[in-house]
Amino acid sequence: MAFNYDKYLRVEKMPTLWCWGCGDGVILKSFIRAVDKLGISKDDMCVVSGIGCSGRFSSYVDFNTVHTTHGRTIAYATGIKLANPDKHVVCVAGDGDSLAIGGNHTIHGCRRNIDITFIIINNFIYGLTNSQTSPTTPQGMWTVSQKAGNIDPTFDTCKLAIAAGASFVARENVTSPKKLEKVITQALKHKGFALVEALSNCHINLGRKNKMVSAMDNLDWIDSITVSKKKYDAMSPEEQLNLLPTGILHQDTEANEYCDMYAEIIKVHQGERKKITQDDFEKKI
Amino acid sequence: MSATREVISTGNDLAAIAAVDAGCMFFGGYPLTPSSEVMHTISDLLPKVGGTAIQMEDEIAGICCVIGAAMGGIRALTATSGPGVSLKAENLGLAQMAEVPLVLVNVMRGGPSTGLPTRVSQGDIKQASNPSHGDYRSITLCAGNLAECYTETVRAFNLADRFMQPVIVLLDETIGHMHGKAMLPTVEEVKAGIVPRKRFDGPAEEYRPYECGPTEPAVLNPMFEGYRYHYTGLHHDSMGFPTEEIETCRKLIQRLEDKVMAHQDEIELNEEFMMDDLTGEEGEVLIIAYGSVSLAAKEAIRHLRADGIKAGLFRPITIWPSPAAKIAEHTSKIKNVLCVELNIRQYTEEIERASSRLDIEGLYKVNGRAISPHEIVAKVKEVF
Repeated sequence: MAFNYDKYLRVEKMPTLWCWGCGDGVILKSFIRAVDKLGISKDDMCVVSGIGCSGRFSSYVDFNTVHTTHGRTIAYATGIKLANPDKHVVCVAGDGDSLAIGGNHTIHGCRRNIDITFIIINNFIYGLTNSQTSPTTPQGMWTVSQKAGNIDPTFDTCKLAIAAGASFVARENVTSPKKLEKVITQALKHKGFALVEALSNCHINLGRKNKMVSAMDNLDWIDSITVSKKKYDAMSPEEQLNLLPTGILHQDTEANEYCDMYAEIIKVHQGERKKITQDDFEKKI
Repeated sequence: MSATREVISTGNDLAAIAAVDAGCMFFGGYPLTPSSEVMHTISDLLPKVGGTAIQMEDEIAGICCVIGAAMGGIRALTATSGPGVSLKAENLGLAQMAEVPLVLVNVMRGGPSTGLPTRVSQGDIKQASNPSHGDYRSITLCAGNLAECYTETVRAFNLADRFMQPVIVLLDETIGHMHGKAMLPTVEEVKAGIVPRKRFDGPAEEYRPYECGPTEPAVLNPMFEGYRYHYTGLHHDSMGFPTEEIETCRKLIQRLEDKVMAHQDEIELNEEFMMDDLTGEEGEVLIIAYGSVSLAAKEAIRHLRADGIKAGLFRPITIWPSPAAKIAEHTSKIKNVLCVELNIRQYTEEIERASSRLDIEGLYKVNGRAISPHEIVAKVKEVF
């Protein structure tokens, strides 16, 4: 039997404003299947999105939903989660939202390791606002703000997240919806800051001017720059240079989760335990 | 509220204590002189009652997490100073647009920009009326003494939940760092006066959070309770979903204006000090001042009266919306009006608007120092 997405969608909002062939719909469906697999109640989940094409994600799903200002999903979600530690809080944001204007919140969300699932939809461009350079736009590509060719170096989203302290980091590609569903499922199950970078296409505002005119051309390019972590790890640094590994890249199930740690603060103030000291932490600096 | 309890404290501490007494369960913020003590104090108080206080990575995150917590239905506070309000402005706009109640305490320091971080100012009066772009009505309260750091913070939480929007409490560096005796209402009285947010208890399919009377705020049930709807900073329909439908857009923004202006009687609060015997006779002086400056003005009035000059003080405690009708009433009766501010004419221009008079005298200071009673006395003798 075909999967019934309508149960989780605000069907009256369909069709989405996303362009024909956009990968965001694949991510939306993969997310819904992951939520359904885990049996999470719609009333126990909040979906927070930012600004950009991905910003509309929250209005399409029938959960408690918040469409925030540009770049601030993690900051809003931190308040929602701390006030409701037993609920699922999911953020969805684009590469510009999460790595440019909201970059500070992204790294500090990772650092705190607060139990939020963060799906970063990386289409390598500012799509909604017509092709400006994003922090993941490859150097040398055409953008409307750098028509002579982009000279800005890129962020590696996942390396950044791992370095900043996220306890779950994964990357997948919209050409592999089943794998995407699997890593989102694992991210939702993970207790701690779980970041999933979902590589997506924007043939309209990235591809059109960069020799990837159709959705398929753009998706083929994404396929050509991604490889499974297993294969990636077996490669030489020269072979790795222009590839992004996919799959679960990092998971630490032992790391302290922030809401749990704050519960310890409450215990200190309520006289249930002694003050927190450096002895409570294995890592001292 | 009655003043039956004597405490010795500072303005910043009293704002933090008031928040917790008023049922605040969440604080998010970022260190900023001269407001930081609010965070220092509330980060000890909140965990005691099972609440949460978090120091975020920046001012913007400070207000965002407070809005997020408030969407969950709880009372939430942030505290900062002028530079922080500038950074928080966009998200204050979202809270106005999506109608999320919260309280922001701004302990004013010298500006613009980094200005005079440890010195007093009242330079954020105009900022408080419209910190973010677009049309909405700010509610701004201004504490004029230590006790009001407590009572106005309590009142701010009740007004925020009544009108479903941010409420700003203005302290200034002098009041925030002032240490002394204050007579406060009891905690029991504060708790008894808490008016929680309205909520919808009918079936979820009939719930329309943003469908309300033209002068009423949205009725936003807490998240996670079976009433699923959408929060957005975009123009939105009755369920919170983005729309560009012409009439819906017009009605929404008009309602943000009217929900405050139609109920100004519930919001306005003023003090009239030694004004009982001002009848409009020749030579009478009306001083208009607010915040810490009003303390100097009161002292000045005692000196002026000892010198035979009949003077009184009109002190707006609710700064925005301004008590325009009261200002018009007093300024039409009394000819000699002096506005005293730690800025350049920021509220005087509002007095001019409300009074339709362009001959309001002013005493202004913008060097980070307080205005003394003697300066006010000298100014009155000079100009009237």
